[in-house]
Amino acid sequence: MVILELIFYPGMLFAAVIGLLSSWFERRVSALVQWRVGPPHLQPLYDLIKLAGKETLVPLGANRGLFLLAPVLGFAGATLASLILWKANLGRSFLGDLIVLLYLLVLPSLSVILGGLASGNPVSILGASREIKLVLAYEVSLVLAVIVAILKADSILLSKLGNTISIGSLSGVIAFFIALLAIQAKLGFAPFDIAEAETEIMAGPYLEYSGPPLALFKLTQVMMLFILPLFLMTIFLGGIDFRGLGWLWGLLKYLGVLLAIILIKNTNPRLRIDQAIRFFWRYGLGLALLALILALIGDRVGIRWL
Amino acid sequence: MGSGGSNSKRLNWRAWGVTKSPWVYHLATGTCNNCDIELLDCLTPRYDVERFGIKLVGSPRHADVLMVTGMMNRKVLPRFIEICRQVPKPYIIVALGACGANKGIFHNSYNTVGPVERVVREVLKEDTIVVNVPGCPPKPEAIILGVVKGLKLLLERG
Ligand code: SF4
Repeated sequence: MVILELIFYPGMLFAAVIGLLSSWFERRVSALVQWRVGPPHLQPLYDLIKLAGKETLVPLGANRGLFLLAPVLGFAGATLASLILWKANLGRSFLGDLIVLLYLLVLPSLSVILGGLASGNPVSILGASREIKLVLAYEVSLVLAVIVAILKADSILLSKLGNTISIGSLSGVIAFFIALLAIQAKLGFAPFDIAEAETEIMAGPYLEYSGPPLALFKLTQVMMLFILPLFLMTIFLGGIDFRGLGWLWGLLKYLGVLLAIILIKNTNPRLRIDQAIRFFWRYGLGLALLALILALIGDRVGIRWL
Repeated sequence: MGSGGSNSKRLNWRAWGVTKSPWVYHLATGTCNNCDIELLDCLTPRYDVERFGIKLVGSPRHADVLMVTGMMNRKVLPRFIEICRQVPKPYIIVALGACGANKGIFHNSYNTVGPVERVVREVLKEDTIVVNVPGCPPKPEAIILGVVKGLKLLLERG
C-alpha cells in the first residue's frame, strides 16, 4: 500500500506529471514574456525521454559511485516530500511532519552539491560551492518564515497549517515574501540561479552529467517545481480543500504562486553569490526576525492583524 | 510507410527522442563571428527555435547537435576531437557556413585543417552524421533546415 502510494498517486508519478505540466507552464510563460511562442506542452516530457535514451558518460577524474548515486538521492527526497505534502493536504498528518519535510526539501540541493563535487570538474566544483553558500544563506530565513506561520496556526502539524490562512496579517505577509524568495533560490531560478549560471559556469554542477543521471536531475527539478509552490501555499495560503469546488480554488492559488515565481524569474538579472548571501543574511533574516517579533507580539497581546 | 521489412522501419526511440528535443552546443573553431551571430538569430523571437524544443546548452555532455562554425585551424583540432568524444551518442554535427563546409574564403590559408566532415571521417574516424550548411553566413532559415535534415537522417539511420 505504502509502496503503491510512493510510486503512483501522491508520490513519484503524480508529482512528476504535475511537475512536467508546471514546467511547461513555466517555459511557456517565459516565452510569452519574451514575446515568443514557446515549446509545445509535451516538451518537458520529450526532454526527459531524450535524456533517458542518451549515453551515460562518467568522467575519468570522478568518484564513480557518488557521481551516479547523487541524482537518485535528490530524486528520493523529492518523492518523499511530495508524498508527505500531498497527504497533509488530504488531512492526514503526523506529529513533526513539517520538520521532516523541511529536511527532505534540502535533499535535492544536497544531491546537486554531492554530484558537482564528485564529478571532479573544477567548474562543477565551483558551482557546487556556490550552491553550498546559497543553501546556507536562504535556509535560516525560510525556517524563520515558517515559524511565523506556525505561530499563526498555533500548531506544527502540516494539516493544521494547511487550514490556516496565515497571510492575513502583517507578519504573515512579510514572512510570505521572504519564503517566496527563499523558494526562488531553492528552485535555482533567477535572480538566484547562481549555482548553475549557464552563461558563466556552463550549468555548474550538472556540467559533467549526461543521459539518464541528467534526466533524473531534471525530473527532480521538475518535481520541485510542483512541491515548493505547494509547500508555500500549504504554509501560508491555506492549502487545498478537497470538499466541493475547493480544489479549483486550490489550483488557482497554486497557479498564482507559480506565476509569481516565473515572473520574478523573468524580470530579474542574476545576482553574484556575495550579493545573494548579503541579501539573505541582511534583509531576509532581518525581515524574517521582524515578522517573528510582530507575530509574537500579536500573539501575546491579541492583536490579530499583526 | 510501405515497402521495407518491419525491422528496418521500426522507430528507434533514442533517435526519436533526439529529434524531439535537440539541444545545441555551439562550438566556434575560428570563425569571423558572422556565423555565430546568425546562429544566435535563430533564438530570437522572430525564429524562436524553442518551438521545436531546440535550446542552447553550455556543456557538450548535454548536447545532441554539435554546431560547428568557422574555419577549423590547427590549434583547435585537438580540442575539437576532444569535444566530439565528450558528446553522448546519438548526436549529429552541423557544419555551419561555407568555412565549415568546404573552407570558404580561407581555402588557401596555411593554418587550416580540412572541412569539418573530412576531419570527422579521417581524424576522428567516426560515421557521425555531418550536415553542411553553406552560405557566408547562412540564413537562420537555412540553419534550421540543416538541423531538420540532419535529424531526419538520424531517424532513418535509427
Ligand atoms: S562562413 Fe563566412 S560568415 Fe561564416 S565564419 Fe566563414 S567567413 Fe565567417
